[in-house]
Amino acid sequence: MIDFELTPEEKRQIEKAHELAEELFRPISRYYDEHEHEIPQEFIDKMWEIRGEGIASMGMDTAAALRTEELCWGDAGLYLCIPSPGLGGAAVFAAGTKEQVTRFLAGFGEKPTWGAMAMTEPGCGSDTAAITTTAVRDGDEWVLNGEKIFVTMGKRALEDSNGLVVVWATVDKSAGRAGIKSFVVPAGTPGMRVEKMEKKLGIRASDTVTVVFDNCRIPFENILGNPEVKKTETKGFRGAMATFDATRPIIAAQALGVGRAALDSIKETLENEGIKIRYGVPRQKLTALERDITEMEANYKAAKLLTLRALWMMSQLQPNSLESSMAKAKAGLAVTKITQKAVEIMGPLGYSRKYLLEKWMRDAKINDIFEGTGQINMLVTARRILNYSRDQLK
Amino acid sequence: MISFSPTEEQQMIVAMVKQFASDEMRKIYRECDESGEIPDSVIDTAWKMGLVSSSIPEDYGGPDGEHSAITGSLIGEELAWGDLSMAMHILCPSLFAYPVLEMGTDIQRKKYLPLVCDEKYKAATVALIEPRFGFDPNSLSTIARPDGNEYVLNGEKCYVPLAAEADLLLVYAEENGSSQGFIIEKGTKGLEVGEREKNMGIKALATYELSLKNCRVPKENRLGGEKGCDFNRIMNCSRVALSAMAVGVAKAAFEYSRDYAKERVAFGEPVASRQAIAFMLAEMAIEIDATRLMVWEAAWKLDRKEEATKEASLVKAYADDMVLMVTDRGVQILGGHGYVREHPVELWLRNGRGFVTFDGMAIV
Repeated sequence: MIDFELTPEEKRQIEKAHELAEELFRPISRYYDEHEHEIPQEFIDKMWEIRGEGIASMGMDTAAALRTEELCWGDAGLYLCIPSPGLGGAAVFAAGTKEQVTRFLAGFGEKPTWGAMAMTEPGCGSDTAAITTTAVRDGDEWVLNGEKIFVTMGKRALEDSNGLVVVWATVDKSAGRAGIKSFVVPAGTPGMRVEKMEKKLGIRASDTVTVVFDNCRIPFENILGNPEVKKTETKGFRGAMATFDATRPIIAAQALGVGRAALDSIKETLENEGIKIRYGVPRQKLTALERDITEMEANYKAAKLLTLRALWMMSQLQPNSLESSMAKAKAGLAVTKITQKAVEIMGPLGYSRKYLLEKWMRDAKINDIFEGTGQINMLVTARRILNYSRDQLK
Repeated sequence: MISFSPTEEQQMIVAMVKQFASDEMRKIYRECDESGEIPDSVIDTAWKMGLVSSSIPEDYGGPDGEHSAITGSLIGEELAWGDLSMAMHILCPSLFAYPVLEMGTDIQRKKYLPLVCDEKYKAATVALIEPRFGFDPNSLSTIARPDGNEYVLNGEKCYVPLAAEADLLLVYAEENGSSQGFIIEKGTKGLEVGEREKNMGIKALATYELSLKNCRVPKENRLGGEKGCDFNRIMNCSRVALSAMAVGVAKAAFEYSRDYAKERVAFGEPVASRQAIAFMLAEMAIEIDATRLMVWEAAWKLDRKEEATKEASLVKAYADDMVLMVTDRGVQILGGHGYVREHPVELWLRNGRGFVTFDGMAIV
């Protein structure tokens, strides 16, 4: 039955997450935007303290999207600072064995710990098949060599806590995509070091680092998925890619939080100004402002429903690769446009750092970039609807 | 609990309507658009499927099914995918019946609802739109003035589907500051059906101008009697229905241009293997899905009898833009071939552009 009624538990989580966003995120939002690379220790401790409530925990269902949206309504950068297995954890969940999940993620329950994912390299981003980091088998070990950039929360995972990073590397360059595998590297592994913290346009409370692997040795059992390379199939690669089916809608939910923050702030301002947005009025009779705002609201809603659908399918165990990419493509672009328009509408109030709107515009933009740019998600969508392979649609 | 899965019954209905749309409507839609006529046989076949009568209670001769805006939206999408003119023709009696079912007095329900449960298709229709700049359903120029035991209606209407053959009309008019419905039977003095209209699209659907000159109707013909009707809800039901149909038209254009793009070779490969075309198609697919989900959400609110003006008008505006974008790209992807009437995409563009005008011309 088609239904949009939230469960009591979902409602509770939204309410609680919103409360946290207002009380813990918003008051320090500006400070950590202006003090990049400073660790919000008090915030981290507090989030750790309340971890048992499940509001900030990972998930791959509609409830996870709803609470993520609320927290990112508070601050998208701080959201990434919440101790969590993160994208690395998602990859372990998606591609790891039960034993691996226990082995790698048990430590996350003991003290504030982060997980990260290392995919992008200086020479390749979306084109993950062009990865040059190598993993060479040496007896009971893999030896990793290469450089990864744009590792979200890499410093927090590898230097500030006993976390892990999931690294994508090739075990056989001649095999192309089939040779790409993912490996779990725990913090403190010799041969791995964190370098260069990026200075970013937005989400400044989160760290983004370069991780270098220099003859970094990890146990053979740290490979996620099948170690065999079958040149005729790219099943392993596709398996690793399946991580995206879970993470993309969650990124979309993060985007929605930022977009709604901007929308809510405009609405609050309009209300204070005594300006009412009318619904049910013919479009040619609407003011330009009403047109803009209703268009922003409709786009937000469109993105939100696509996001919820992608996660609902995931919890129904339906393949959702197409729907995940649709949600991410739509949400990333929609909130980028919504926040940019919001700055325009608010005029001098929008551009000023006295208010958070300009920050939200900067924060929003990342959602159209990480976990697959808008264009990559359009490409995935296009291939799926056309039933085309990578070779048929490049 | 959030769910995007139609019930088994809804899935069966959708499958049945889709079958009809592809076996019957898709065979003749071009011919109908050119001639301006729809064969009675198609309308009768659809009628026998009970798409309009299914939710009429037993007391009035119906099968007593549940009245659901979600089910209505699913049906509307499939029918419009088949052909918009025919879809509007088939569903036209619901424009009269659903407001009576939901808001009519007992007497009105007893008197009029059995007509849509008849074995043969009976046209009943609605007159809402007025031929003037700045038309607004909430401030109509057609006026209903009380006079003793009667109302006197004066005004001009247009886009009245099937006005010439309809036995019953639901005419909306301004009365004491709000829009109210008045049931007018065919042949009432002062009711004049004008020429059949010539429109850019929906050419197979017969629409008419209508004029009301001191047209007198008994007081009991006011929809909902003394209580009147919830006009806003009627408009919301219409916004949702039209948005669902916009999704259907868009889906038709998307599928056709997608298939064409995979067949058509340029520079040695199918045009679909170029991102310029593939990305257009991807965006079309995303926006169609997004609009459908918004339709479902607004319909869900309507089914719960909740205030849905915001959801309904947001989705309608979104659907109006979406269907124009998608059908225009349908033409664009076919290039010159899209512009000639041998292919259907130009027809869908003409029909698609109409949604922004079709206030109140469909209902769930």
